Order: sequence, then C-alpha cells, then structure tokens
Amino acid sequence: METKVIVDTMWVLITAMLVFFMNLGFAAVESGFARAKNCVNIMSKNFVVFAVSSLGFLIIGWGLMFGDGSPLIGLKGLFFASGADNSPATGEAYKGVYSAISWTGVPFWAKFFFQLVFCGTAATIVSGAVAERIKYIAFIIFSFAMTMFIYPVVGHWVWGGGWLAKMGMFDFAGSTAVHSVGGWAALAGVIMLGPRIGKFDNGHIKAIPGHSLSLATIGTFVLWFGWFGFNPGSTMAADPNAIAHVAVTTNTAAAAAIMSATLASWLLLGKPDLGMTLNGCLAGLVAITAPCAFVSVSSSLIIGLIAGALVVLAVMMFDRLRLDDPVGALSVHLVNGVFGTLCVGLFAQDKITGTATGNGLFFGGGSKLLGAQLAAVVSVAIFVFVAAAITWAVLKAVIGIRVSREEELRGLDIGEHGNEAYAGFQVFTTE
Amino acid sequence: MKLIIAYIQPHKLNDVKQSLYKEEVFKMSVTNSLGCGQQKGYHESYRGVGIEVNLLKKVRLEIAVNENFVERTINAIIAGAKTGQIGDGKIFIVDLVDCIRIRTGEKGGEAIG
Repeated sequence: METKVIVDTMWVLITAMLVFFMNLGFAAVESGFARAKNCVNIMSKNFVVFAVSSLGFLIIGWGLMFGDGSPLIGLKGLFFASGADNSPATGEAYKGVYSAISWTGVPFWAKFFFQLVFCGTAATIVSGAVAERIKYIAFIIFSFAMTMFIYPVVGHWVWGGGWLAKMGMFDFAGSTAVHSVGGWAALAGVIMLGPRIGKFDNGHIKAIPGHSLSLATIGTFVLWFGWFGFNPGSTMAADPNAIAHVAVTTNTAAAAAIMSATLASWLLLGKPDLGMTLNGCLAGLVAITAPCAFVSVSSSLIIGLIAGALVVLAVMMFDRLRLDDPVGALSVHLVNGVFGTLCVGLFAQDKITGTATGNGLFFGGGSKLLGAQLAAVVSVAIFVFVAAAITWAVLKAVIGIRVSREEELRGLDIGEHGNEAYAGFQVFTTE
Repeated sequence: MKLIIAYIQPHKLNDVKQSLYKEEVFKMSVTNSLGCGQQKGYHESYRGVGIEVNLLKKVRLEIAVNENFVERTINAIIAGAKTGQIGDGKIFIVDLVDCIRIRTGEKGGEAIG
C-alpha cells in the first residue's frame, strides 16, 4: 500500500481518538459545574451519548451526511454505511456513493470513524445545557434524533457536498457543523425545559455553584488536548504544513481567549473567576474551529481575544434572559460557534494552508465570503432550532422531559439511577 | 430562653429559612446529619445489588430564642418543613441556661438578640 495512504490513515485515526477523548473532557466539565447530587446522571448522559452517537451515525447518520444525493440531504448508501465505496481511491479514481468525502485518501472506515467522533461531540454539547433537570430517557431519545437526523443534515450542507459547500461557505473543523448545531439544539432544550428550581428567585439570579472546580479544570484541559485532534485532524491527511499551522492557530486562540476571559471577568465581576477562565479557553477553541486552517496565527490571536470576552458577556446575558445554562454551553458553543463561522468571512487568507477560500473582509476579499458564512449561520440556526424544538416538544408531550420537583431537589442520581456518585460522603443536598 | 432543635428534610431547608426570615428569625445554625425514622428509607442499588438505606440524610437546625419568639419560630419551621408525608421531621425544645456573645461578652436575652 502507498506510504501516503498509510501515514494519512494513521493521522486520521489517531486524531479521531483524541476527539473521542474529548467526551471525557465534557463529562468532567459538566459534572464539575453541577451539584454532586446530579453527578451520576451527568456522567451517565455523557457516557451513553457516545454510544447513542456511534449507533445513530452508523444506522443512518453517515448516509444522510455523506451519501450522494440532493443539495439538502444524502440519498444513497444511507443505512449502516454500506454504500458502494472504493476508498482510499480519491478524485477521478473514486467509485462509490460517498463522493463528497472522496478527497481524503484513507480507507472507508477511517473516514467513518473520524466523522463519527465529531457527531458524538455535537450530541454531547446538549447534555450540559439541560443538566440537573432533564429526564434521562428524554435525553437519550433526543440524542438519537440529533445523531440520526439533525446533525447529519447540517453536515451534509457543509461537508457532504450540500448547498452551503456549493455556495462557497467554509467551516474547517465545525464551528457551525458541530458546535453551533449542538448550541441551537441546546438552546431549544433550555427554553422547553425551563430553569432549575432556585436559579431565578423572584426575579433575582441565584448562583448554583458547581461541586468540583477541580473536575471542571481537568475536563477543560482534556478538551484543550482533544482539540489538537479536532482541528489539525480535519485535514484528514498528514499534510505537515497544514497540520502544524492548524495546531498553532488552535492553541493561540485558546491562550488568547483564556487571557481575555480572565481579564473580562476580573474587570466586570471583580475577581478572576475560574469558571469564566475555563469557559474562555473553550470559547477560543470553538471560535477558531472554523477558521483554523484559513487564517494566520496573528489572526487567531485576535479571534481568541474576542472570543474570551464574548463568552463572559454571553454567560451574563443568558442569565439576564432567564435562560438557565448550568455549564455555559450556549455561551461557549452557540455564541462562539456563530462567531467563529463569521470569522472565516473576516480573517480568511486565500490558500494560506492550501485551500482556496478567497480572502475575507479584512484581507481585501470584500464581503462575498462573509455573506456565505452569514447565510450558513442563519440557515443552520433556523433548521436546527426548529427541528430540535419540535423534537423536544413531542418528547415533552409524550413522555415529559423534566423530572418532578421532588426528584430535582433530592438529586437526579437517586431519582434517575438509584445510585449515588459519592456514597459515604454527606452531600449537602440543598442550597 | 429556649434552644429549638429541628430535624428536617434537606430539600426543605430553603423553604424553612424563608419562613423563618418572614418571622424575623435570622440567626440559626445548620448542620448535616443522618437520621432514623419510621420509614423504610429509599431504595438504592449498586451494580445489581439493592441497598436498604435506613440512615437517611437530614438537616439539623439549632435556633436560640427568647421566650416571646418560641411560638412563632416553631410555627415558621412547621410552615416551611411540612409536606404531610412521613419524614417531615421533629422539633425539640430545650431549656437554655445561658447564652453569651463571644465578641462583646453580652449575656442572656441580649446575647440572643
């Protein structure tokens, strides 16, 4: 076998494993930001959602996303990723029904596995926003809907040869396709669920502190680490210049966002809040996810600085809007997913790592690219929010999506699972 | 002077506090505790084996009051803690011999405040 295929495959699989590892990061961040009495439930959601994603994506998600078909949706090779395919053949030599992804010269299952872990990431974003009051079964069913339909349709538009790709919209590793999709679905969930008991009391915003900022920090480090698979891996080829460039833009944005989030919280809230700093890191990473291969390192610094400030403001804004998001998922993934997508239209430099994106607004390219990015933001927002809202509404009507008041106060660990996360410790089960 | 000790359900603590604040009772001491009641507890399980939990989590409040506050404090606690279900808790009234404020050395009714 060609050496290039071997090296590319190793790269794709190893980076996919890093992205898989991000599920640990999400589990740790979310449970760290939640109360101890709900820890088992949050761990369960994050654990089971990867299984749900693996199955949902296999059953039909992959096919809808990458199958040849219409600009809106895949129509061939839908079920169990079993359509005709002669990967690792590429370009003219490719014969199969997944031509949108025939540009990468790796075996079929390497492509599948890599795309699967991205699907898993989108699904797990929702679990943080709905934490501490969602019914376990409602979350599981919703995740099947996410991974079998909502995520793949948007993925088809952006990466599967769909209409956004044809329009010249660029999203390197998924600020729109992964993070904003998770974000909009989470927003629909947060609205349909309502806030946790005690969060908004007579018009006042109450803090509900997380039980372990240590766990949250470990989780954020794991996510940061995993992102070095998420972004550089999206080359799906061991292209030395590209992956090195992407690794540095990724890290630079994270670092800049950490500093600006820390500064923002220092100035606005009086002290450097660790929760804000952690969210800042993630915000920077989400924001650079779309542009990482299309912008310079200096641009990534600016993108990160803005993302960090943006997330602090967004967290405060969602509180004021009476939308209860225990972990800041909306502020990190939704707000910065949108921002990162638009940054491509602003900061892109044509062919900086090889891709002909055209120049963004700040580099003399006018507003063509920005227009395409904006169209993507709006259309994805409408589709995902409506599809998710309908799914939540149906679940709410049929099985209910929120636990009872008593269960919520006692803790979902007992109510949903009959387990305790910290058996033997006296967990103060009240505010 | 009386010391009012109340054992309540942990998730009713906030309601009890609000109820006490309404009666102008602001000073209290709150601790975690485990308690036995007449319930069978709740069912937990661990890796397929059931656990009978009979030492249940409770919250213990201690409030030192002057005589004129005893009735209203008791009523406030009951108003906040009552659900009508087994496990609501109990209140004990204990005679308080003396009370001293550490910072100023005040004693008796003044120290309770």
